[in-house]
Amino acid sequence: MKKDKEGDVPNRQAIRAQIDENLKRVYTATLNEELPDRFRDLLEQLKSKAAGKGGTE
Amino acid sequence: MTAAFPAPQADPRDRLAGAIPKLRAFAISLARDATMADDLVQDTILKAWSNIEKFDPATNLDAWLFTILRNTFYSSLRKTRREVQDSEGVHAASLSVKPAHDGHMAMQEFQRAFDKLSPEHREVLILVGASGFSCEEAAEMMGVAIGTVKSRASRARKRLAELLHLQNGEDMFSGTDGATQAVVMRTAAAGF
Repeated sequence: MKKDKEGDVPNRQAIRAQIDENLKRVYTATLNEELPDRFRDLLEQLKSKAAGKGGTE
Repeated sequence: MTAAFPAPQADPRDRLAGAIPKLRAFAISLARDATMADDLVQDTILKAWSNIEKFDPATNLDAWLFTILRNTFYSSLRKTRREVQDSEGVHAASLSVKPAHDGHMAMQEFQRAFDKLSPEHREVLILVGASGFSCEEAAEMMGVAIGTVKSRASRARKRLAELLHLQNGEDMFSGTDGATQAVVMRTAAAGF
């Protein structure tokens, strides 16, 4: 708005690249965290319940 | 076990386990709280499991699961609206934390700024900026037009840049002292 466009555009692209890089870092860090056991247990439970009902029918 | 020709009777429920890390990372981004995020993932798995016949195997399972998760998140958010509006003010003071002196944007600082965004902004940034979905896929998940995804993502990045003082966001933090400002600006410059 107040800045001249020429200096602003590459700067904006650099900021955008930096933001996306950091977003990926944060996301990947979470992705690599160890999963709580509750999810594995939950799936086991759901699977055995389905099997008990006679599978996929 | 050939990946090229999945058997027609292959049960998509067998693929749920593999999707959990992604779902959880998305949930944490949205909820910003590990316990709430894990509850969201659990609800999502349960819903997916019992509604699996609604999943079209020709489509992206991750996208389908992410959609369930976000819808679950937003409906629970509507119930706790007050909490969300609060978060804007609660974290404001902590944002003047100085970045790491090595010139690299501190992860913690970034995380803090990210957490200050609205859920909609966090969502769009994670979907298109981090998890690699296309704008088209994100639009479908979010139930909006592609143009909306693009403009929302652009506004979210701008807001984040402001929060990190990477742009002319000074007016948003009139309380921030000049020294912090200078350090953050230098950090930003060093990153380029």
